[in-house]
Amino acid sequence: MTRRQIHLAAHFPGVNNTTVWTDPDAGSQIDFDSFAYFARTAERGLFDYLFLAEGLRLREHRGQLHDLDVAGRPNTLAILSALAAATEHIGLVGTLNTTFNEPYELARQLGTLDLLSNGRAGWNAVTSSDAFHGANFRRGGYLDHADRYVRAAEFASLSKALWSSWRDDAVVADAETGAFLREDAIARVRHESRLFDVDAVFDVPRSPQGRPVIVQAGDSPDGRDFATEHADVIFSLHTEFADAQQFYRDVKGRLAAHGRDEDSLKILPAVTFVLGDTAEEARERSREIALAQVRPQTAITYLEQIWNRDLSGYDADGPLPEVEPDTGVETAQGFAGRHAAIRARVSQLRAQADAEHLSIRELVIRLTAKHTFVGTPEHVASEIDRYVQERATDGFTVVGHVTPHGLDEFADRVVPLLQERGSYRRSYDEGATLHDLLGLPPVADRVAVS
Amino acid sequence: MPDRIHLAVALDGAGWHPAAWREATARPTELTSPAYWRDLARTADGAGLLLATIEDALSLGGRSVEPDAETRRDRARGRLDAVLLASFLAPVTRRLGLVPTATTTHPEPFHLATGLQTLDHASRGRAGVRLVAGSTPQERANFGRRSEGPTGLPASGRVEDDPALLAAFREVGEVADVIRRLADSWEDDAIVRDLTSGKFLDRDRVHKVSFEGEFFSVTGASIVPRSPQGQPLITALAHQTVPYRFAAQHADLVFVTPSDAAAVGGIRNELAEASDAVREIDEPLRVFADLLVLVEDTPDEAAAVWARLEERAALTTDARVVVGTADDLVEEIRALADAAVDGVRLRPARLPADLDAIVDRVVPRAAAAGILFPDDGAPTLRERLGLPRRASRYARQEVGA
Repeated sequence: MTRRQIHLAAHFPGVNNTTVWTDPDAGSQIDFDSFAYFARTAERGLFDYLFLAEGLRLREHRGQLHDLDVAGRPNTLAILSALAAATEHIGLVGTLNTTFNEPYELARQLGTLDLLSNGRAGWNAVTSSDAFHGANFRRGGYLDHADRYVRAAEFASLSKALWSSWRDDAVVADAETGAFLREDAIARVRHESRLFDVDAVFDVPRSPQGRPVIVQAGDSPDGRDFATEHADVIFSLHTEFADAQQFYRDVKGRLAAHGRDEDSLKILPAVTFVLGDTAEEARERSREIALAQVRPQTAITYLEQIWNRDLSGYDADGPLPEVEPDTGVETAQGFAGRHAAIRARVSQLRAQADAEHLSIRELVIRLTAKHTFVGTPEHVASEIDRYVQERATDGFTVVGHVTPHGLDEFADRVVPLLQERGSYRRSYDEGATLHDLLGLPPVADRVAVS
Repeated sequence: MPDRIHLAVALDGAGWHPAAWREATARPTELTSPAYWRDLARTADGAGLLLATIEDALSLGGRSVEPDAETRRDRARGRLDAVLLASFLAPVTRRLGLVPTATTTHPEPFHLATGLQTLDHASRGRAGVRLVAGSTPQERANFGRRSEGPTGLPASGRVEDDPALLAAFREVGEVADVIRRLADSWEDDAIVRDLTSGKFLDRDRVHKVSFEGEFFSVTGASIVPRSPQGQPLITALAHQTVPYRFAAQHADLVFVTPSDAAAVGGIRNELAEASDAVREIDEPLRVFADLLVLVEDTPDEAAAVWARLEERAALTTDARVVVGTADDLVEEIRALADAAVDGVRLRPARLPADLDAIVDRVVPRAAAAGILFPDDGAPTLRERLGLPRRASRYARQEVGA
């Protein structure tokens, strides 16, 4: 019986406190050399794809730019295109918003990336509705919250129609007769709805993998519906084993309704890791890293984003503030979490801190810097394999904590152990697309247009 | 001693002649492949050309004025997004300036600006852009957001006689302005990584652009820290008064299309007048003359190839056409250099054939004739053009305060 194969994605560390910029080995988060180094390490580790988040606006805290954590990153599509030239095999997946882009242009850009990378492109489709990010864009904050996934689903359908509008053999380029294109080479794509009025002829040929891989990251019911209809990969946050198994069963169980089988959607939760030669050493390193990720000021700032108040007078090593949160106006911008849920969130945090006797800093470490897999390379490899063999996930999206070297140890020490177990590839197949690497079914030749 | 100039190349599909893809030297099935573009860019890079522009449009028929541009099957079709293609070419080239074309009507100025800043980081200071005003009806149908817009040049041929075209030029002006503002929004030393205070960023050195225009607004600072050139090189192609004024106001470099070397003086005068009136940048506007070129070993061969191409499809062009030998082309370049242009942008009729001819035969001869600026090793595209690195406007304000 062959073992279920592990799929791994490599998350370039983002702009938040998981990235330890104070580490003496921390390099630039913007120089191309950092991205090239990281991509080559992921490729050395035979990862399925490199994953990049997106910035639409610099994060703010109480009306001012957030200045404690890493800030500043490249344009997602442009850096992935540059990486297409610096790599050969690894998939290149970027987060791109369906609210502040237009389908023709984004499909064209992703189609370009897919051709430039010989079929290695992917799209983490996310939604947004808030006026804070919208203030940088033509549309502003126009989209009702309830319409986020309506637009996202129509955006994905329309994009798929554009990507499949060219026949694979559209270009004949017959110099003798002068026919460059086949007669029915390109289908016109129409999409009329409340949100779109597109009558398009696409200008990017079909790529070797048919279309980019689609990744989905939201966890709401709308998000799960979108994923089971449109996505090839879910980037989930369910990392506790039992919870992960439950999520896995729920999502995979929804696929049949869309005529899809279990292998057509991969679930790759985000995980962190800390290695040591012994379990004790790994625990110590994990502790040191967590303290570097959540410095006292970082912990206070984190709470200020939830409380929406100046909490600078509080001791990070002391108990949670007794003062109530300010829910009057929304100013903690650029962070996840909605204003309406603030009070419930505060009660929940107080309960957790009381139950586990946590200081502010310890609580924030639990929330943002608790490392998923901590131990010897053997332990981490065995855990990763267990999750996959026992259908809690199809693999993981691995996030390191130092730029750009955060993946080195994983590639060097964990990957060989996964290979020994027979659960992980020993080389890339020549010419494999990202669909191939992920073991996804082939893309249908033409997609019907609504 | 002639005036020295720069040489640039304009890359587009199988070349600028619509029948170029049918030539035996063409690679018509590879026009959207990475290998094809890597080869073209490395060829231009290896020859020391100053920059390569990459054409783009947001519809299948491109900027063609032919009514059946989207349905005819005898033209090379299929295109890659030029900003992303330029980004792909950054790691595989060393010296070449990368100047993608960007349409300004539909794309988000914020995305375009951060894409160009990223290109500047990835190329270590070789990023530029050619901004194109307006959109075609086909482009508008592809986006479905704005039904109103230009339908082509009015009967008079003058931009100022069409309110929709005038609006398009106001909009491209806003886009140029926002690209520069966002590029300036991080001061050079905004990232402090100060272990004592625990601050990664000095928030006082990152500035909101707070741009409110007629067509869009952009609030925040860029997401991208300041790039090697400070600002990407902004360029435009211009043929008449309104675009000349746009270039004079907003561009670092303008591509013009003199009918011959004698026509350069009049164009330069008009650009100088416009610059006196509206220029917002303290460096001079660089002027490059465009030539559409086909190069063969003998005049007879060149004429025969040209005749074959024209028999298959008639070229419509805005630029002077030079069909001849490498020596003929060097003479044309010399005449333009004597007419005091800053550079010549060559549009190869056929790719890769005429690019190869330019690199193998034209560049060495022009260099030997002393027409070309030698590569002095200046690290960025702006500096190779003799333009200083742009300081952040926000930093300057603080100094003056």
